[in-house]
Amino acid sequence: MSQYRSLPIASGGAGDDLEHARRRRHTLTWLGGLSLILLGTIPVAVGIGPVGIPPGTVVRIVGHHLSGLPALPDWPGSADTIVWLVRIPRVLLGIAVGAGLGMTGVALQALVRNVLADPYILGVTSGASTGAAATILFGVGGGMGAAGLTGSAFIGGAAATALLFLLARVGGRITSIRLLLAGVTIGFVLSAVTSFLIFLSDAPDGARAVLFWMLGSLARAQWSSIGIAVVVVLAVLVLLVFWARRFDALAVGDDSARTLGVSPDRFRALSLALVSLCVGAVVAVAGGVGFVGLVVPHIARLCVGGAHRRVFPVAALIGAIFLAWADVFARVAFAPRELPLGIVTAVVGAPFLAVLVRRFYAGNV
Amino acid sequence: MYERQGKGDYVMISAQQVSFAYAETPVLEEVTATAGDGAMIGLIGPNGSGKTTLLRTLYAALRPGSGRVEVDGTPVARLRPIELARRIAVVAQESAPELPLTVVDMVLLGRAPLRSVFQSYSREDHRKAAAALYRMGARELAERSFNTLSGGEKQRVLIARALAQEADHLLLDEPTNHLDIRYQHEILALVRTLAITTVVVLHDLNLAARYCDRLVLLDGGRVVSSGEPDTVLCPEVLEPVYGVAVRRFEEPDCVQLGFRPHAGKPDYEATPRA
Repeated sequence: MSQYRSLPIASGGAGDDLEHARRRRHTLTWLGGLSLILLGTIPVAVGIGPVGIPPGTVVRIVGHHLSGLPALPDWPGSADTIVWLVRIPRVLLGIAVGAGLGMTGVALQALVRNVLADPYILGVTSGASTGAAATILFGVGGGMGAAGLTGSAFIGGAAATALLFLLARVGGRITSIRLLLAGVTIGFVLSAVTSFLIFLSDAPDGARAVLFWMLGSLARAQWSSIGIAVVVVLAVLVLLVFWARRFDALAVGDDSARTLGVSPDRFRALSLALVSLCVGAVVAVAGGVGFVGLVVPHIARLCVGGAHRRVFPVAALIGAIFLAWADVFARVAFAPRELPLGIVTAVVGAPFLAVLVRRFYAGNV
Repeated sequence: MYERQGKGDYVMISAQQVSFAYAETPVLEEVTATAGDGAMIGLIGPNGSGKTTLLRTLYAALRPGSGRVEVDGTPVARLRPIELARRIAVVAQESAPELPLTVVDMVLLGRAPLRSVFQSYSREDHRKAAAALYRMGARELAERSFNTLSGGEKQRVLIARALAQEADHLLLDEPTNHLDIRYQHEILALVRTLAITTVVVLHDLNLAARYCDRLVLLDGGRVVSSGEPDTVLCPEVLEPVYGVAVRRFEEPDCVQLGFRPHAGKPDYEATPRA
């Protein structure tokens, strides 16, 4: 019987490669364009502030520090200090935080198969907040200065992640819905713990300091404190891009993923650990900057479609640009007071999301 | 590209004495079924008879409580996911993803098991994806978002993805769901032209009669009958299983069936279910 079915059938359109070249050009255009914007953002964003410094001077100062050119400074020493010691680390941290939140938002939306997910549904941020509150209010690890706050926030985030695995993993399996519920539960419990710490504390400005931390800020950026976040974000981005097809497969469904060469349970656990590490590293230095991880993935998908090999780098770039500018706004709008970053991202992000939902997702999602 | 000629390899997928239970409820009880040699095997049976469960044990989504599932002589449980994907392509019954993948991206996913994590899709992959879309009459859908397709279009795209995978076995869970009559026939006729071993879950017995080489009839998790459509699709086999009156008539190339509800006929009420 079966040999009769081996008759060759005209496949039609031989040589048709679905416009492979055009597709690739489209993606490269987006990546190239956004990279240029990001590169341009750095000197401009560094230049803006209470003391304005022209982008050209910023570029010369950075060149002087990196390559010794120009060899002789033609700018005041104060400009050097502001640019090199204060604002460059701050802008770089903003880029790392924005990129990290953008791409982990994409990853989580695929992992739980829900476009409403963001990096904070895992409860990592709540854990980090609890850790930070313990330091701010009770001086836990306070002997280590700024590193103590970052460290206790990171430990809090890691503890929340461990709890998440404990709750969501049943019989070696983590399903999307269990992950969502466990993350929300942990988030609520740890928020309650943080509130309880504030209640217990006698520190007069304690509640305010904790609130400010939870809303996010890049004000604590220094060369010494941004290294880990930058390295972790870059490393996770590379891994996510390599794993992009697995995210595609997982987004389609567990059974489909399984038959496309991905073990859904193992992969979900592995990428969850990776994403938690990235979110923890970012939140530990910058606090809980909201909305970036929710909005940026949607914008990225509008630009380059849903395939993760394109969405991850584009979301990282858009997140980086968005947060760099949000921080410029945060430090300029009410100068000399600084607006918490989370307020800016929410105020800018929410209308953006509303427009996206109404205009682009009608009849689609 | 999908036709393999004169391949005498040992290509088969088999379930032997497979039992499976959800919690305490047995769903499959000592089911034995084999598909090989490029044949098209239909799994038929009433709702809840265990068709999809059996199919899912074949691609290792479920691990049977007892019994063995083997592909080409290797237990599926022992295959790494990537090895499994190179041997078995599946069109499962899953709801569409919320994330907006285009049809091209969806079909290209079939090529993913053939590429390492460090490789991107090649031009060849894009060609194969295009050819698979042509085969399913879905080439013009390539740029569309998968979410926006009709049920029938989605089904054709998913089968195209399975074709692009170029596996030796194809498992389909009710591929004719959501399709109008023309596409039901077109898709099954197309699947028949593929020289790969195919296991297909079907509800429509007349489609099963027309396109399958052999049928396995399940009821209550047990194999009630198996063999050529001619032997399985008999009123005396089907009536107790489905609880409807069955009339059979011969067409030139296959048998076809007509159905009529029993409407409280006393003679049927007396018939014990298998």
